[in-house]
Amino acid sequence: MSDPVLATHQLSKRFGALCATDDVSIDLRPGEIHAIIGPNGAGKSTLIKQICGGLRPDAGKIMFLGRDVSGLDASARARAGLGRSFQVSELAMEDTVLENAVLGAIGAGAGPWRFWRAATRTAALVERAEAALARVGLTAQRDQVVASLSHGQRRQLEVAVALTLSPKAFIMDEPMAGLGAEGSKALTGFLDGLRSQAPILLVEHDMDAVFALADRISVLVYGKIIATGSADDIRTSAVVRDAYLGDAA
Amino acid sequence: MRMNETWVNALVLLGLVAVPGWALMVDEPFTITLATRAAILALAAVGLNIVLGIGGLVSFGHALFFGLGGYAMGILAFHAQTYSALDLGFIQIEGSTSMPVIWLVAMGVSALVAAVIGILTLRTSGVYFIMITLAFAQMFYYFAISWAQYGGEDGLSIYVRNGFPGLNTLAPIQFFGICFVVLCLVLLLNARVQASPFGLALNAARQSATRVEAVGLDPIKLRLVAFVLSGAITGLAGALFADLNRFVSPSMFSWTLSGELIVLIIIGGVGRLMGPVIGACIFVGLEHFLGGLTDFWHIYLGAILLCIVLFGRGGVIGLLTGKEGAHV
Amino acid sequence: MSLILIIEQILNGLQFGVMLFLMAAGLTLIFGVMGLINLAHGSLYMVGAFAAAAVAGLTGSFLLGLIAALAAAALAGALIEMVVIRRLYRAAHLDQVLATFALILIFSEGTRWVFGSFPLFLDIPAALSGPVTLPGGIEYPLYRLALIGIGLGVGLGLWLLIERTRIGIQIRAGENDREMIAALGVDISRLYTVVFALGAALAGLAGALVGAIQSVQVGMGEPVLILAFVVIVIGGIGSIRGAFIGALLVGLTDTLGGVFLPELFKLFMDGGAAQKSGSALASMGIYLLMGAVLIWRPTGLFGARA
Repeated sequence: MSDPVLATHQLSKRFGALCATDDVSIDLRPGEIHAIIGPNGAGKSTLIKQICGGLRPDAGKIMFLGRDVSGLDASARARAGLGRSFQVSELAMEDTVLENAVLGAIGAGAGPWRFWRAATRTAALVERAEAALARVGLTAQRDQVVASLSHGQRRQLEVAVALTLSPKAFIMDEPMAGLGAEGSKALTGFLDGLRSQAPILLVEHDMDAVFALADRISVLVYGKIIATGSADDIRTSAVVRDAYLGDAA
Repeated sequence: MRMNETWVNALVLLGLVAVPGWALMVDEPFTITLATRAAILALAAVGLNIVLGIGGLVSFGHALFFGLGGYAMGILAFHAQTYSALDLGFIQIEGSTSMPVIWLVAMGVSALVAAVIGILTLRTSGVYFIMITLAFAQMFYYFAISWAQYGGEDGLSIYVRNGFPGLNTLAPIQFFGICFVVLCLVLLLNARVQASPFGLALNAARQSATRVEAVGLDPIKLRLVAFVLSGAITGLAGALFADLNRFVSPSMFSWTLSGELIVLIIIGGVGRLMGPVIGACIFVGLEHFLGGLTDFWHIYLGAILLCIVLFGRGGVIGLLTGKEGAHV
Repeated sequence: MSLILIIEQILNGLQFGVMLFLMAAGLTLIFGVMGLINLAHGSLYMVGAFAAAAVAGLTGSFLLGLIAALAAAALAGALIEMVVIRRLYRAAHLDQVLATFALILIFSEGTRWVFGSFPLFLDIPAALSGPVTLPGGIEYPLYRLALIGIGLGVGLGLWLLIERTRIGIQIRAGENDREMIAALGVDISRLYTVVFALGAALAGLAGALVGAIQSVQVGMGEPVLILAFVVIVIGGIGSIRGAFIGALLVGLTDTLGGVFLPELFKLFMDGGAAQKSGSALASMGIYLLMGAVLIWRPTGLFGARA
């Protein structure tokens, strides 16, 4: 088996008495989609934040491409190749779709220390941005202001910005949230193809999507991973049924 | 009525030239001085607009850079006019009465101080940033008051306006021309920077710092560079302002001036290229006309400001073009 | 340099510090509970001073003047809270800054309109005038000593109010969770008005008390306001305890620095230069203190939120 692209080792985070992340060790292997599921409040977002660098764990470390990135901040981890989409859209709402994608291209390319040429008239940046927009199907919305986009289109844009970075791994926090059945289906198809480019760590509530996509699923309950396995393993796992699916039913 | 923003911008600049042009013809030098004052305040506010409008940082201490520019001019000219060297301890330098030299020094000193204050303050955010920038400006205010060598509380008069190669700066219209050209050049710079990769990233960092981090950029570094650039521009304006009045005093550091610079931007439109220019013209106009009618014109300014804040964002440019101002 | 001078200066620093605390406590309370940055707090200080000077001038009673100061500042505070401030709680900081800046302009010019540009004077009450002899033979103005006492008393009262009373519980709850407190059935808009008026009254009290040792004039509030900002940045925004510690630190640094730094410089400089550099550095002292605290703790000594 090949080395994992991304791995957490015994990650822990407490907020007062609440143990939000409890000794979590998971990994993401090349070419796979690894889904993390769990009831609300299980600590999924807290875990994602620690992996991406928005939150410092109390203990444990994060390895990315064979390197310990625990000490790096969010922007350094992004530069190292961690592409991220957010649960609640984090976009420049007053800017256009193209400008948001160009921002990604700036991060991926020569950086922000250029002060004279207009960014949206710099061919290299625009080409990269447009390629990413085309892949998620937002070419027609190129010049629209983000605030005027539908919820689903914002999700697509989140993914497009991550694509401009050509990341070595994707971390996606509920990309399906709020999408209609049609939108979920389209995004599911898209993510299915994306895994060959870079593996995806997927936090998702949409169980249809998770079971359709995931090579492996980990179940997080009260900050602890209680099971990891294939879709079938998880479906039939008694532990999971008790702790999670039982709760929900 | 909705107008194209480019047309509004062109009209404003045209107006700013036409008024002193007319004043020259009918021999009203005071009006030229008013237009010069508006151009210089606009320049100072353009500097502030880079951090405030694009970067979203409410600097409530930009008078600091205005004052630094003013004192850079005052100190250099003072030493040149008294034929005494400026002793910095490790080096002695001659004063200067050449505007380009003074401008470079004013911008350099302002940029340096902005870098130091930026490093200290940009780790904080929100209300802390507002209060700390205010406090640092106040520190320089009190320092200027207690610095007796350069006039202390009374300020420092420079009897002859500094020179610019090939021009007679004592002629009001020529000095206006200098200020106007500087303003236009800085507006051009601002427009380019705003659209550049740097400006795009800075503007995005205002709207979502998390987003900017997620594409691998460091919002604090972006803001620091913006703060330095902004400080240098406002410092340049301070040097010109001191030359306009041929006088510097601690009041150039005063917190009311910091507040007024923000007010200019709000009146004109936050984050809009010409917002500060429109704001400065309106402000100087109000100051002149309302100030002529009543000693208490600040009451009306306050009332106007309250109305803008409570009822209408986007300022005059927003009103004319139907565009909302940047959200800070 | 004598011990007596040192003690005298420490007392001066304490007196300045406790007066700053009265200002800073209101500011920090208003920020902590409502999330509002109020530049017009200095105007309320001025309103208190003018009310005290006017009423004391008419009636000859300092006490009536103080009561008038409290009432006028609280009333002005409640009024601006209801007319302007409550529209700003959810607004951006920039809007809060601008609107309260506008209020300063209106208050200052309005006061100038009513009272004119000349300073008013507020006399120290006869019962508190003159010096008092402290243990060790130190002569110190009784009024200043009274100010220290009043400041400490108000600080204690505030602590009791917040820790021990029903409204204190509501204030603390309001700091933590606005929705929760609304859900508990507390009338939040009335609570906000009360807190704002309380902060205003403290500022007015400070204005009146200080007005008797300085002149009462338009623009007296803003220097104090900015010092109060320094105090709460040092102490941590939203923390009353931080405001108290910060105020004493600032009061002592400013007072002692102004006296002792020139003396210190005289040890290795000639007199005139030492006086100049010493007082120039002293005028920056509290800001250097603030810078140092910020490097060490960016959210202040007792601050939690950024």
